[in-house]
Amino acid sequence: MSLKLRIWRQADAQDKGSMVTYQLQNVSPDMSFLEMLDVLNERLTLDGEDPVAFDHDCREGICGMCSLVINGIPHGPEKATTTCQLHMRHFTDGQTIDIEPWRAAAFPVVKDLVVDRRAFDKIIQAGGYISAPTGSAPDAHASPVPKADADAAFEAATCIGCGACVAACPNGSGMLFTAAKITHLGLMPQGQPERHTRVIDMINAHDEAGFGGCTNTGECTSVCPKGIPLETIARLNKDYRQALRAAS
Amino acid sequence: MAISGTALVLFLILHMVGNLKIFFGAEAFDHYAHWLREIGAPLLPHSGFLWIQRVGLLVALGLHIWSAAVLTIRARKARPVKYAHRKPVQGSYAARTMRWGGVIVFFFVVYHILDLTTRTFNPVADPAQANAAIVQGFAPGRWYVTAFYVLAVVTLGFHLRHGIWSGLQTLGVSNARRERVLKATAFAVAFVTCAGFLAVPFAVLTGLVK
Ligand code: HEM
Ligand code: SF4
Ligand code: FES
Repeated sequence: MSLKLRIWRQADAQDKGSMVTYQLQNVSPDMSFLEMLDVLNERLTLDGEDPVAFDHDCREGICGMCSLVINGIPHGPEKATTTCQLHMRHFTDGQTIDIEPWRAAAFPVVKDLVVDRRAFDKIIQAGGYISAPTGSAPDAHASPVPKADADAAFEAATCIGCGACVAACPNGSGMLFTAAKITHLGLMPQGQPERHTRVIDMINAHDEAGFGGCTNTGECTSVCPKGIPLETIARLNKDYRQALRAAS
Repeated sequence: MAISGTALVLFLILHMVGNLKIFFGAEAFDHYAHWLREIGAPLLPHSGFLWIQRVGLLVALGLHIWSAAVLTIRARKARPVKYAHRKPVQGSYAARTMRWGGVIVFFFVVYHILDLTTRTFNPVADPAQANAAIVQGFAPGRWYVTAFYVLAVVTLGFHLRHGIWSGLQTLGVSNARRERVLKATAFAVAFVTCAGFLAVPFAVLTGLVK
């Protein structure tokens, strides 16, 4: 395959940045999207140019590092697929592909396609934990959890913190990420002691980090590589309402 | 957003049902308009209920616009650099047009009050003549009035379709099992409200209501 790539290049956080066009030949349809960028970077390096910086780590869809907006869609056109698990066979020979970083004030660009996602860490630090005595692991069934709750909590816990939800949201809101953690911990008995403070503290940290407000457009869930459902946000709202009532 | 929106939706439904009184004849409609001014009498003065409702609606509308402005400003600040290539993946047309749709509906409400409440733009000045004001207001010769009315009501329908579901989600009423039912309900309420409001000018145009 031969491709026309239009990639966001930005030297550092201060640089204004712009879209730069590259032609790439001999792309195998079996390559992953990141392998295709590796091929481009090899050529740029040989030509003495600065390779394109992009985030990646596991390349198996579990770490949440890869983060590219491909033709206007975070993680590209395949549903429930991270960029690293997206393959070139989903593109056509001769196609133009636009590649941009996540766009959010809370995720400033570090270089090219790499953004700083520490704002998510601040949300987790504010309440995405439980307090439990340390020591050896508890017995597996010491606190029974209904199967349906365990499954829903597990589904929410599969969030890899990639930030695609923020990138897709027209409001630049991080509500799906926050709601995934609220749902994960709120469904487990271990999450109950901090349930009210958690939702208030996490939402405050979310707003302080500069994320926008949720208007339930549903863009987030459709691009989420883990398919975190919109229902989690309703659960977050319900917890928030109950926490406010308990506080007053 | 959701709480002020709920107040506005409840008013819209009552208003739409009330308007359908016009199909019971000119006398029934004028009597209904008169009755609205006498609700709560003699406890409340003439038009007392209407003024209470107007204040309530003004507060709800003010809060609704204020929350929308806060959300819009936050959204602008949250994405200072725009995408060069942007594709809405799933968001409905209704969800994407909430802000501009809301502005259109707001201007319509201002016009609507000047038309049928103060009668500034209406050929019938007598406030007791509600039926005549509608029939002459939507007369075929004033087709541009009807066209604007239809545009505004359809925009309102889209606003309600996303707004009702979104409000239920914000209030934490929704969950996985209810989501489809609530979305369908929001669509049904939006559709019926839209159809009810549109029935009146079309009845005037076709001569069904005189
Ligand atoms: C200083 C010593 C240790 C270091 C630096 C270390 C480091 C790590 C790291 C980085 C991982 C994550 C790997 C991944 O998921 O890709 C890991 C996972 C794991 N480690 Fe260790 N580890 C240490 C000691 C131990 C010991 C003593 C045990 C066993 C008693 C242990 C059992 C495990 C297990 C079972 C996992 C997999 C956990 C999971 O996937 O949920 N580790 N360790
Ligand atoms: S909710 Fe989905 S899109 Fe958002 S951070 Fe988690 S995995 Fe990524
Ligand atoms: S590189 Fe780890 S999820 Fe894509």
